[in-house]
Amino acid sequence: MDKEKDNVLLEIEHLRTAFRINGKFYNAVDDCSLTLRKNEIYAIVGESGCGKSTLATSIVGLLDPLNSKVKGSIKYRGQELVDLNADEYDKIRGENIGMIFQDPLSALNPLMRVGDQITEALYYHTKDSEAERKKKALELLKRVGIPDPEGTFRRYPHELSGGMRQRIIISIAVACSPEIIIADEPTTALDVTIQAQIIDLLKDIQKEKESGIIFITHDLGVVAEIADRVGVMYAGQLVEIGSVFDIFEDPKHPYTRSLLNSIPQAGELGDRLHVIQGNVPPLSEMKRSGCRFAPRIPWIPASAHEENPSYHQVGDGHYVLCTCYQTFHFQEEK
Amino acid sequence: MSIIEVKNLKVWYPIRGGFFNTIKGYVKAVDDVNLSIEPGETYGLIGESGSGKSTIGKTIVGIERPTAGSIIYKGEDVTKGRNRKKLKYNRDVQMIFQDSLSSLNPRKRINDIIAEPIRNFEKLSKTEENHRVKELLDIVGMPKGSMYKYPFEFSGGQRQRIGIARAVSTHPKLIVADEPVSALDLSVQAQVLNYMQDIQKEFNISFLLISHDLGVVRHMCKNLSIMTRGRFVEVGTREDIYDRPQHIYTKRLLAAIPDINPRNRQEDTKERLRVEAEYENDEKAWYDKNHRVLDLKPVSSSNTHYAAVPESNSMVEQGGE
Repeated sequence: MDKEKDNVLLEIEHLRTAFRINGKFYNAVDDCSLTLRKNEIYAIVGESGCGKSTLATSIVGLLDPLNSKVKGSIKYRGQELVDLNADEYDKIRGENIGMIFQDPLSALNPLMRVGDQITEALYYHTKDSEAERKKKALELLKRVGIPDPEGTFRRYPHELSGGMRQRIIISIAVACSPEIIIADEPTTALDVTIQAQIIDLLKDIQKEKESGIIFITHDLGVVAEIADRVGVMYAGQLVEIGSVFDIFEDPKHPYTRSLLNSIPQAGELGDRLHVIQGNVPPLSEMKRSGCRFAPRIPWIPASAHEENPSYHQVGDGHYVLCTCYQTFHFQEEK
Repeated sequence: MSIIEVKNLKVWYPIRGGFFNTIKGYVKAVDDVNLSIEPGETYGLIGESGSGKSTIGKTIVGIERPTAGSIIYKGEDVTKGRNRKKLKYNRDVQMIFQDSLSSLNPRKRINDIIAEPIRNFEKLSKTEENHRVKELLDIVGMPKGSMYKYPFEFSGGQRQRIGIARAVSTHPKLIVADEPVSALDLSVQAQVLNYMQDIQKEFNISFLLISHDLGVVRHMCKNLSIMTRGRFVEVGTREDIYDRPQHIYTKRLLAAIPDINPRNRQEDTKERLRVEAEYENDEKAWYDKNHRVLDLKPVSSSNTHYAAVPESNSMVEQGGE
C-alpha cells in the first residue's frame, strides 16, 4: 500500500476551474479527477475549447486569480496545491513540476540569451554556483540533442529553428529534474519529422528521470505514439479514461468513437469522413446538467442518457461517463 | 488535357547586401518545378514548412511573380497579364487560405465577403446577388441568417466554409487550397474536407491541395508530389508514394507520421530511427554538391512515379522485380 502511495505523483480530485465572463463565473473544467503515477505518460485529448489547457494551467497555478476560481483538490505527493499563495507556488513550479508550452517562440524571452534562460531556473531552485549552473545547462543542451551547445548557449531565441526552440523549452522544463512535466501541445506547431524527434526525446527523458508526464494534445496519432493512459475530454469533463489500448481498441464513449472515426484513413479515395454534428458549445452556453455530448448525437433517445452522469467501470482502469455508451450507434448504421 | 500546367517554374528571391545594396545571391524558393492538374482532380502538394509549397500556390494564383518558367492555362501562358485578362484567368482560379480569420475582412459582413468576387466579375442585380449568396451558403451548410453577421461571430470551421463559399462564388475551374484544414480540429476538418469533395463533384472543380498533413492528402488526392528545398523529390500516384516510396526524404516523412495503432509503437520507433540513421549517413548521395535536390527520374515502368534518386538507384523497382 505504501509503495502504491509512493508511486502517486499527482492526485486531482473534483477539480473545477471557472472563468469570469461578463461578471459571472463559468466552469471551464468541471469536476475532473485523475491520478498521475510515476513513470507514466498521461495524455489528455479533445477538441479546442474542451478545457484541456485550462486543466494544465490549473495544475501549475498560472491562472489569473482575479478572473478565475479553482476549486477541488490538486495534491502533489500529498501536498495540497490549490490553496498555495504565489510565493509557495513558485517553489514547486519549476522544481517539482515543469511545464512545456505549445508555442516555443512566445514562451521564450526574446531579449534573453537562451543559456541564461536555462540557468535562470537553476538559479532559483538550486544553490549551485554560476560555473556549475553553466555546466549543467550545457549538459542539458547536449541531452536534448542540440548540436553545438556552447554556441547555442549564447544565442537568442530568434536565431533558432522551431524544433530547436522546443528543445530549449524542454531543457528548461527538465532543468531541475522535476517529477512531473506538464506538456501543453508541445508538438502542434512543428513539422512531422521534428514532431517525431521531440516525442522520442520526451519519452527518453521520461524514462531516464522516471517522471510522470501530463501530455495535452488534440492529435490522436501522437497519443497512440506516446501515452500510457488517456483521458478524453469533452466540455470540461473527462468523458472516458483508460489505458491507451482501451481507448484505441475498445473505445466506449460516443465522443471517443466519433473522434476516432473522423481521422482520414488510408481507405478508398473520396470516402466520406465521419462528421460530428454541431460544435463544442462556448463556455457561457454550455449545458450544465445531463450528458453534455447528447446535443451532438440527437438520434440517441434521451432515455439512454443519465440525468446525472456518473462514471461506469467497463474494464480494469477503464471508465466511461454517462450510460449512453451502451446503446450508442452511429447515425448511418441505424 | 490538363487544366493547368506549370512548366519549369522558378521563383527566386534576391538577397541584397553590401555597400551598394547589390544582389549577393538568391533564395531559391521554387527551383525548376513541373506539374499538371487534370480537370476535376485533387492534386496534392506535400512539404514541410519552408519547402516552397505555398509559393507555388501563390504563383499559380498570381500573388507572386515567377522568376522564370510558365504557367499554361487553356494553351496560353498566364504569367503574362494580357493573357490573364483574355482568358478570365483571375475568375477561373481562386484560392482558399489557411488562416480563415485573417483572410476575411473583419469589417465586412459575410454577405459582402462572399459577393465581392461576384461583383468583380459579373453584373447582377441586388436580388440576384442575394439569391446567389444564399445558394452558396447553402452549399457549404451554413444557415441563411449568417449573411448579415461578421466573421468574428463564427467558429474556425464555419469561417473556413465561408472561405470556400467565397472561392466557389465565381464558378472557378481551379481552386488553390493552401493548408485549408491545418488550423482546424479533427471533426471540423472532416466536415471541411467533405464539403470540398461535394463541391468538386458538383462543379467539376480541380483542387491544388497544399498541405503538410500526409493523412489528409492521402484521403483526398490521387496524384501528389513531395517537395523540399524548393524542388520536387518524388512525384506519383498515392499508391506509388505511400506504398513504394523511393526517395529517402519521402521515407523519412512517412516514417514520422504517428500511427494510430498503439501496438505498433515499438516497431514504428525502430523503423523511424533506422530511416533517420540512413538519412544521416547517405544524405550526401541524395543531394548534389550545393544541397540541391537531384533531377527527377522515372523509378517504375508505370510512367507515373518519378523520384529524385541518384544515378545508381534509378529504376530500382524494375531491377528488383
